[in-house]
Amino acid sequence: MEDDAPVIYGLEFQARALSAQTAETDAIRFLVGTQSLKFDNQIHIIDFDDENNIINKNVLLHQAGEIWHIGASPADKAVLTTCYNKTCDSRVVSCAAVWRMPSDWETGSHESPDDTAHNPQTLELLCHLNDSAHGNAACVLWEPMGDGKRVISLADNHALLWDLQESSTQAVVSNTATLEGKGQLKFTSGKWSPHHNCSQLATANDTAIRGWDLRTMSQIYCIENAHGQLVRDLDFNPNRQYYLASCGDDCKVKFWDVRNIQEPVKSLEEHSHWVWSVRYNHSHDQLVLTASSDSRLILSNMVSISSEPFGHLVDDEELSEGEDNHQDDKGKEPLKDSVVSTYEEHEDSVYAAEWSSADPWLFASLSYDGRLVINRVPRALKYRILL
Amino acid sequence: MDGEADETVAVGDDCVPGRRRRVHGMLKLYYGLNEEGKAAEESESLDPCDINGPHFDPELYLNKLRRECSLAELMDQETCMVKQIRSLDSDMQTLVYENYNKFISATDTIRKMKNDFKKMEDEMDCLSANMAAITEFSASISGTLQDQHTQITKLSGVHTLLRKLQFLFELPARLNKCLELQAYAQAVSSHRRARCVLQQYSHLPSFKGIQDDCHAIMDKLAQELRQKFRDGGSSAKDLSECVELLLQLDEPAEELCDKFLSHARSRLESDLQGLEAEIRPYPSAAKDASARRSPSLADNSPKFNTLPSPTSNTDILEFIDRGCNEFVSSLCLVITSYQELFINHAQTGELVSKNIPQMANCKLHAFVDNLAARYFSLVERRIQEEKSVGDNSLLVRALDRFHRRLQAVAKLLPGSAVPNKGTEIVIRAATERVKQYLSALQSFYMDSLTDVRQALATPRLSVAGASVAGGGAHLGGPGPGRDAPNSLPELLSSLSASILNQIKSVLASVHLFTAKDITFSNKPYFKGEFCSQGVRESLVVSFIKFVCQSSRHFCESAGDKGGSTPPALLLLLSRLCLDYETSTISYILTLTDEQFLDQHHSPVTPVTTLCAEAKEAAQKLLNHYVKVQGLIISQMLRKSVETRDWVNTIEPRNVRAVMKRVVEDTTSIDVQVGLLYEEGVRKAHSSDSSKRTFSVYSSSRQQARYAASYTPSAPMDTNLLSNIHKLFSERIDIFSSVEFNKVSVMTGIIKISLKTFLECVRLRTFGRYGLQQIQVDCHYLQMYLWRFVSDENLVHFLLDEIVGSSAHRCLDPAPMEQSVIEVICERG
Repeated sequence: MEDDAPVIYGLEFQARALSAQTAETDAIRFLVGTQSLKFDNQIHIIDFDDENNIINKNVLLHQAGEIWHIGASPADKAVLTTCYNKTCDSRVVSCAAVWRMPSDWETGSHESPDDTAHNPQTLELLCHLNDSAHGNAACVLWEPMGDGKRVISLADNHALLWDLQESSTQAVVSNTATLEGKGQLKFTSGKWSPHHNCSQLATANDTAIRGWDLRTMSQIYCIENAHGQLVRDLDFNPNRQYYLASCGDDCKVKFWDVRNIQEPVKSLEEHSHWVWSVRYNHSHDQLVLTASSDSRLILSNMVSISSEPFGHLVDDEELSEGEDNHQDDKGKEPLKDSVVSTYEEHEDSVYAAEWSSADPWLFASLSYDGRLVINRVPRALKYRILL
Repeated sequence: MDGEADETVAVGDDCVPGRRRRVHGMLKLYYGLNEEGKAAEESESLDPCDINGPHFDPELYLNKLRRECSLAELMDQETCMVKQIRSLDSDMQTLVYENYNKFISATDTIRKMKNDFKKMEDEMDCLSANMAAITEFSASISGTLQDQHTQITKLSGVHTLLRKLQFLFELPARLNKCLELQAYAQAVSSHRRARCVLQQYSHLPSFKGIQDDCHAIMDKLAQELRQKFRDGGSSAKDLSECVELLLQLDEPAEELCDKFLSHARSRLESDLQGLEAEIRPYPSAAKDASARRSPSLADNSPKFNTLPSPTSNTDILEFIDRGCNEFVSSLCLVITSYQELFINHAQTGELVSKNIPQMANCKLHAFVDNLAARYFSLVERRIQEEKSVGDNSLLVRALDRFHRRLQAVAKLLPGSAVPNKGTEIVIRAATERVKQYLSALQSFYMDSLTDVRQALATPRLSVAGASVAGGGAHLGGPGPGRDAPNSLPELLSSLSASILNQIKSVLASVHLFTAKDITFSNKPYFKGEFCSQGVRESLVVSFIKFVCQSSRHFCESAGDKGGSTPPALLLLLSRLCLDYETSTISYILTLTDEQFLDQHHSPVTPVTTLCAEAKEAAQKLLNHYVKVQGLIISQMLRKSVETRDWVNTIEPRNVRAVMKRVVEDTTSIDVQVGLLYEEGVRKAHSSDSSKRTFSVYSSSRQQARYAASYTPSAPMDTNLLSNIHKLFSERIDIFSSVEFNKVSVMTGIIKISLKTFLECVRLRTFGRYGLQQIQVDCHYLQMYLWRFVSDENLVHFLLDEIVGSSAHRCLDPAPMEQSVIEVICERG
C-alpha cells in the first residue's frame, strides 16, 4: 500500500504563518500568511481535495503588513487573527488584529479563478488587538474549543486576555499578566491549554517555559532552562492534561509533565537545526509533528508518553474476545517511540507545521520560500493505530 | 705316569679283597646264602658255562671246552683246574678247622654261663624280697603324711587370698596416697585391677564398703582430673593424660569431647577476641584516615600508591600473622591433640566399638567449622577495611599467609570445608581489590581531568604560544598538576601518559595475586576467571568503558547548561578517546593479556567493541565541541543582530566589532583544534582566492539576484533562482557529525554560526544601511572564514543566503557598491 505523494503548493512570497481553519471540520483547509515588505501581503486559503489530490486556493489581501502569525477562530470559520508588522515613520511595529473573511470569497474563486488572482478581495478588519501600553504582539491565541469570544495576545512581556464583543468588532482587555524580571523579557510563543476548563496558558520566553493561571493571571510553574537555547514553540497534549511538548534552538523536542518540571519526560534530538514548531495530532497524541530550519519536517510516534501507550486497549480486548489471536498478539507488540518519517520536500527552513482540523491523518508544512507541502500519515501507521 | 702307576696300584689293591670276596661268595653259594646287591656279578653267573655260576652244567662246559679249545689249551685248562681244586680243598680244610675251634670255645662259654646264672638267680630273689619290704614301708609313710599335705595346700591358698584381700583393704588408703602424690596413673591402674573383684563381691557388706570407699576416692580423683582438665592451665600433654585417664575411668567420651572442645574453644575465643580487638578501634581511625586521605587524593598526586597505608592499629599483614600464629596454630594444635586423644587412640582401644571416633570426628568438624567461620568473618572484616589501594603486596602477602596456614588445617582435617572457605575469602578479597582498583582508577581519572581543567582555566598562554613554561611555573602552586605545561598537546600527552602509568601500576599490583610463589595463585579461579573476568573485564575493560562513558557524560550534562565544560577539555578528551581507539586500547589489552594469560579463554569483550565505543565517544565529544564553540559564536552573532535597530542604522563605515571578534575567536579555535587534530582534506580550491571568489559572488550573482528580486514585474524569479541554486547544492546539515580533522571541525563551527546569523537576519527588518552593514559584515567574514573550511562554497552559499535574506527583509534595498565594501573591509 503505497502512500500518496505529498502535494506541494508554492506561494509567490516568503511565508511563516500557517494555521488550519479550526472551525472547519469538513473541508481540509489551511490559512497561510505571507511576508513581504514590498508588496501587499496575502492570506492564502488552501483547500485540499483529498479524493482528487487537488489544491484549490483563494487569496485574500492583508494590506496591513507582513504576517508573522495567524490564528483561526475555533467558532467562526470566517474569523481569524493575525500578528503583523507594519512600518510607519521608519519604525517597525508589530500589531495584532481580528479579521473577517469576506463572505463570498469561496464563490468568487469557483467562478473565475483567474479573476481572484488579479483582483483579490480584502479582509475585513473587525478590531485591533492593540494596547498602546503594551508592546509588540508576538502571537494571538484563541480560546481552544471556545465560542470565539476570548483571545490572548502575547506582546513583549505581557499576556493580554481580550474579550471580543459585538460580534468581535470590539476588543476589551479583561485581564493582563506581566512577566517581571531582569533584562528585556519577551514572550516568543505561547499556547492556551485546552484542559482545566481552558484556564491555563503556557508561554515561552528565552529558555524558560512558564505556566499561567488565567483566573488569577499568576504564574503557576516555570521550567527554567527548558531548552539549552531559545524555546521556539509549545503544544499541549490534547488528551493528557499535564503533558506539554516544547522545541527550541538546541535542536531538541522535549516532552514535559508539568507536575514534575525537573526533567523532561522525553527528549528527542532528530533535527540538525533549530526546531521551530511542534504539534500534537489532535486525536492521536502519539503523533507529533516537528518543523525545523534544517528544512525537514519530522513525524514522530511517541507511543510511550501518549494517552494510548498500548494502542487501543478496548479494541484489543474485543479482538481477543473474538476469534483472531494473531491480531491480538500483534496488537500487544510493544510499540516503540520512533521517527515515523522525515519529510524532505522543503528546500528552505520550515517554520510552521499544522495538522488539519478536518482530517486527523493530514498535515501541512510551510517553508520560508513559500512552499506549502501537504502530507499524510503513512497508511501502515494509520492502520496500526486504528486497528 | 704317576696316575697310571696309582691306578695299577689301586687295581692291584682291589684284586686281593676281590678274590677273597669271591671265595666267600662261593662259600656262601655253597651254603645257599643269597647275597643281595651283587646283581652285576649275579647276572654273569646265569651262564651255564660259568664255572663259578650257580647254573653251572659240567657236561655243557666240558663239551664246550672240547669243541672250542685245542689240546694244549685243554691241557692247560686241566692243569689250571686241578690247581684250583687243590687250592679250594686246602681252603676248605682251613675253614673247617677254624669252625671247630670256635665251637669248642663256645661250648666252654656256655658251660661257664650256666654256673653264673645259678648264682644270679639267688641274688634276684633276694632283691625282690627287699623291694617288697621297701614298698611296704613307703606305703606306710605316705599314709601317715597325707593329712598334713592337704593342710599345707589349703594354707597356701588362704595365704594368696589374704594377700589379695590385703590389697583390696589397702586400696582406699593407697588410692588416697596416690591422690595425695598426684600419681593419678597409678591410682587408676590400681583401681582398674580391683574394680572387677569389688564389683563381683559387692553383695558382701565389707567389700561393698571398700567399693564405696574406692568409688568415693575415684570420684574425687575424677573430680580432680576434671578440675585439672577444666582449669586448662595445664599443658597439652597433661591434658591428654587427663583425658586418657578419664577415659579409662569410663567417663562418657562424648562429654569429654565436649569438654575438651569447649575448653579449647575458650582459649581460641580469647585469640579471636584479641583479633577482634584489633579491628574494633579501626572504624574511628578509618574515618580519620579517610578524612586525611581524601585531601591527599585530591592533592593531584599522580601516583596513589605513594600514599601512606591506612592508619590502622596494625597493618593487615601483622593482623593475619597474628591470626595465623595465635588462632590457626592453636586450632591446629587442638585438632592434633583431639585427634590423638579421641580418634587415633580410641581406634586402638575398646572404645572403637562405641562409634566414638565417628562421633568425635563429627564434633571436631562442627567445632572447627564454627570457630573457623568466626575467624573468617573477622578476617573478612579486616580485609574489607583494607580500602587503601596502596601497597597491594602487603595484602597479597597477608592473603597468601592466610591461605597457606589454612592448608595445615586441610591436612589435619581432610574433609573440612575450612580451606575452601578460606579460598573463597581470598577470591572475594581479590575481586574486592579489583573493584577498589577500578574505583581508584576512576577517581584518578576524574582527578586528572580536574587538573586538566585547572590547567586550562589558568590564563591560556598556549594559544599565544609564548612564555608558557614560565607563566605556568609561576602561577602553578605546589602539586604536579600545576607544573604541567598548559599547551593542549602536552596536557594531552601528560594526561594519557599518567593514565597509562596508572593502569600499568595497577596491573602490576593486581598481578601479585597471580605470582608463582603465592599459594592460591594456582587455584583454578586465579588461573582463569580472575584473569579474564576479574582483571581484564571488570578492571581494564570497565575502566576503558568508564572513560568513554564519562566522556559521553560531559556531552550530556553540559548540553543544556551550555558549556559548563570548557570546550578545550572536550577537544582534549575527544582526542584522548580517539587515541584510545587507534592505539591505546589495544595496547592496554595486549599488556593485560600478556600479564594475565587466561588458559580457559572465556568470552571477553573484544578490542573492536571497546574501540568502537571509544570512537563513538570521541565522535560525540568532538561533535559536542563543535556545537559548543558554534553556539558561543552563534550567541555573539544573534545578540548583535537582535539588539540592533536595523531600520534606522547609519551608513556603514566599519566592519562591526562583533564580526572581528567572530573571526578572532574562529582563528583561536582553529589554532586550538590544530594543536590536537590534523589538518584534514579540503576540497580543491583556489588559493588566496578570497577576494576574487567573493567579488564574483557579489558582483555577478548577487547583483543579478537583487536585480531579479526587486524588479516588480517578476516576483517569482527570486524563488526560482534560489530554488534552482538549492536544487543543485547539497542539503546542508548544520549540527551534523564531523570528521576527526581540523577542517571538518572548523567547517562545523562556521556552519552553525552562519546558519544562526541567517535565521536571525530573517527575523529582522532592515533599512537600506542595515542591508549595507550586513553586506560589509558578510564580506568581511568571507575574507577570513573561507580558509578554515573544507569547501569554501559552503561559506559562500551561506553568506549569500544571509545577504539575500537581508535584502528580502529590507524596506529599501539599495546594495552597496562592491568596491566600497572592499575598501571598508580592508580598512579593518
